[in-house]
Amino acid sequence: MLLKTEHLTKNFGGLTALNKVDFEINEGELVAIIGPNGAGKSTFFNVISGFYRPSSGTIKFMGKEITNLETHNFARLGIGRTFQTTHLFTDSTVLDNLIIGYRSKTKMGFFDAIFYSPRSRREENMCREKAEEILDFIGLLEFKNYPVANISQEAAKRLAIGLALVTEPRLLLLDEPAAGINHGETTNLANLIKKIQQSGITVCLIEHKMKMVMNLAEKIMVLNYGTKIAEGTPKEVSENERVIEAYLGGVEHA
Amino acid sequence: MLSFLKEHKFKFIGYGLLLIIGIIFPIVSPNRYYLTVATLGFIYAIAVYGLNLIVGYLGQLSLAQAGFFGLGAYTSGLLMLKLDLNFWLALPLAAIITTILAVLVGLISFRTKGHYFVILTLCIGVIINLVIEKWDSLTGGVRGLIGIPLPNPIGPLEFKTLESQYYLVFVFLLITIYVMNRISSSLLGRTFRSIRNSEDLASTLGINVMYNKLLGFAIAAFFTGIAGALYASYIRFLGPEISTHHLTFEFLLFLLIGGQATVAGPLVGTLIASVITESLQFAQEYRMVIFGLMLILIVRFFPGGAVGEARKLKVKVTDFYNRRKAGNYPSGPGAGSSKGKLGVPSKGESHVTKN
Amino acid sequence: MDLFLQQIVNGLTLGCIYCLVALGLTLIYGIMEVPNFAHGHFYMIGAYVTFFMMTLYGLNYWLSAIIAGIVLAILGVLLERLVFHPMRHTPATNKFIAAVGAMLFLEALARVLWGSDYRNIPSVYDNVVQIAGIRTTEQKLIIIIGAFVLMAALYVFIKKTLIGSTIEAMAQNRDGASLVGIDVNRVAMLTFAVASLLAAAAASLSGPIFLVYPGMGNIIIMKAFVIIVIGGMGSIPGAVIGAFILGMAETMGATYISSSYKDIVAFAILVLILSIRPSGLFARGVR
Ligand SMILES: Nc1ncnc2c1ncn2[C@@H]1O[C@H](COP(=O)(O)OP(=O)(O)OP(=O)(O)O)[C@@H](O)[C@H]1O
Ligand SMILES: [Mg+2]
Repeated sequence: MLLKTEHLTKNFGGLTALNKVDFEINEGELVAIIGPNGAGKSTFFNVISGFYRPSSGTIKFMGKEITNLETHNFARLGIGRTFQTTHLFTDSTVLDNLIIGYRSKTKMGFFDAIFYSPRSRREENMCREKAEEILDFIGLLEFKNYPVANISQEAAKRLAIGLALVTEPRLLLLDEPAAGINHGETTNLANLIKKIQQSGITVCLIEHKMKMVMNLAEKIMVLNYGTKIAEGTPKEVSENERVIEAYLGGVEHA
Repeated sequence: MLSFLKEHKFKFIGYGLLLIIGIIFPIVSPNRYYLTVATLGFIYAIAVYGLNLIVGYLGQLSLAQAGFFGLGAYTSGLLMLKLDLNFWLALPLAAIITTILAVLVGLISFRTKGHYFVILTLCIGVIINLVIEKWDSLTGGVRGLIGIPLPNPIGPLEFKTLESQYYLVFVFLLITIYVMNRISSSLLGRTFRSIRNSEDLASTLGINVMYNKLLGFAIAAFFTGIAGALYASYIRFLGPEISTHHLTFEFLLFLLIGGQATVAGPLVGTLIASVITESLQFAQEYRMVIFGLMLILIVRFFPGGAVGEARKLKVKVTDFYNRRKAGNYPSGPGAGSSKGKLGVPSKGESHVTKN
Repeated sequence: MDLFLQQIVNGLTLGCIYCLVALGLTLIYGIMEVPNFAHGHFYMIGAYVTFFMMTLYGLNYWLSAIIAGIVLAILGVLLERLVFHPMRHTPATNKFIAAVGAMLFLEALARVLWGSDYRNIPSVYDNVVQIAGIRTTEQKLIIIIGAFVLMAALYVFIKKTLIGSTIEAMAQNRDGASLVGIDVNRVAMLTFAVASLLAAAAASLSGPIFLVYPGMGNIIIMKAFVIIVIGGMGSIPGAVIGAFILGMAETMGATYISSSYKDIVAFAILVLILSIRPSGLFARGVR
């Protein structure tokens, strides 16, 4: 078991965005989280990636409790993520974005920098090589020198995934990677996600595009009003009464 | 090696010019007054380099800078006056003490964000200033500290003449620029800039934002402390006004004139501001009227400062030149896809959503 | 005991002045998200206008104060139009720096125009009065009463007029409030006008007991920032409470602890509060 949450709860003032969620993700799986708008999916990601502190409950990663660690330690332990709204370092190039993504794997500090130590040179090369490797993987190598502001939205989405990949995660959390891109691009993206899983990375996906979810996911968790209402294979979930009700009661999604 | 030189052509030309002009300036300077202006300008520039690291690279508008400058100056001055310490001991001690205090300040203030951070650091600067002003028995209060010794000689090298003091400060400036340049072009500089761009993203990539902010703050304070110590032994008189927020704002202005987050910016800005100040000789009282207006105009129209705007211009010019040469730029696959943005080729854009 | 009551009145007086300045600052912050650094210098200019109206033109105190209020309201709108409005979409840091620029400009301009001398607004009401055993001056009573009248007027304006309640809604709830069909420009200008008028009023009221000089805005603006940080930036009641807390703390600190370090009290309080609660005493955000 890679990640396990127990009674995970997050309150925002009076609002319970997550309500005692128990969930497990096994090594190598491709799981998905679905639910109507405002169900708490992104909040779940924010909590298990250390971005928000949970109000109560625990998070275990590779058997170790990590609930109260600081944000950067989550990434260092191997939890990579993308944000629902594409987050990139907007003032630099595609390559530079990925180079900084590998920083947490390097050790050079102030004195390495000012004396231009062998370590700093070695690590700078390492970052560059890793960045190019990932660029190749996500198919953006030829754009490496473009300013991020100049690439298409779909390329930016890929880059955001690349940015999470460059930290060498064991668990990759993707928050609506296919939102706002067209059909053909969605297929490409689904292939990329499959490829990521095949390379040995566990993937957890939030997505409203049901067809994509049903094709990709091996296991699905359904959230509604912060509560887990169902969990199972795509088939089980799509036949679940409560799920159908939640979706009919809420807003229908494509 | 040759390609390395070529790639960093501008940098090398810049360094060469700085070195040559810096060395021959006292020889060709038509009047000794300019030498005093340049020396003071260099001292300020060192402090502005410190500020640049926090404001420019880390993106944290810290307004305690003059407080640290005053702290460095008073620490060094007091160590020399009251404990008879050698300048070469007092200077590093002043820098270290300033750094230690800055780390304490950073531990408190980096927990706050946005405007709270700005106001908190401003208030910490004011507290440092008020303590200097009110702690009469130690600092001499508003009367100040008088008769701070010159830097002690190093072997045969003495610092009695204006020229020798100029060169002394110049060497410190060069060290500062070298260090800042190394930081800027290393992974460390990238780390700082990533924090400026998005703290949230940086931390989800495993970057320890708090640690890096503290590190930048400490390095900045170290150099600001050095600048303060140099000031103390150059001017040889210290009053509490060297630690007021007005000086912080001047540093900020110098930085913005030159261009934040650039290696040349602090020096360029400080020198431009010095030239303006000197050309206003006959109308000194108008100086801050003009600087105040400049500050507004710069952030409104030229946020990149002299160096930043020049760089933008250079990009535009090369872009234009490339376009002329290649006929059609850029020519990567996917160019000219939707919305004029470049990217992976897409097969028609049927339902682009609002996202 | 007598001294204590005396100091209560003094603290109240100081709190009233802080309150008028801080209210303007918090309103502007709430509406525009600009920490308007130049606000303290509006206070300074308000004092000068009152001073010159009385000494150069021989106008009476109240008329001078009203003219100062009008002049400052106009200046406030000008600052909003010329500086902050065009910069409303730029990063917060840039706005802050522009505000600093405006502050440096105003102070230097005052120095050029009026010199660096310390002046005193002629005091018409310096008789000592005795109320319930407390001795104080008429001017201090005027400050207290004047400030409370203005606060009441602001309250009525905010609660009873449409534009006033819009200002409040925008100030207290920048992102949440759905503000359809509101002329944001008008709100912004009006906010600057009201805020600057309050600063001028603070200056006219306190002018006779304080000194008037170009740098007089520096300390008060920082204290006003301390106040609105204590009270929650953008909060109107918070600014009132913060102002009286600070006025009292300073007066008592000066009396019973050390008068030469009295100015440090405010900043020490701020550092203390933000060390314990990094997002302010009354933070709304969660994480
Ligand atoms: N930082 C926050 N502060 C206050 N409330 C929040 C915060 N983040 C989320 N919420 C609230 O928590 C609830 C769950 O939000 P969340 O973003 O997790 O939903 P979601 O399932 O990702 O929805 P969507 O499909 O629209 O992305 C919502 O009501 C939202 O308004
Ligand atoms: Mg979401």
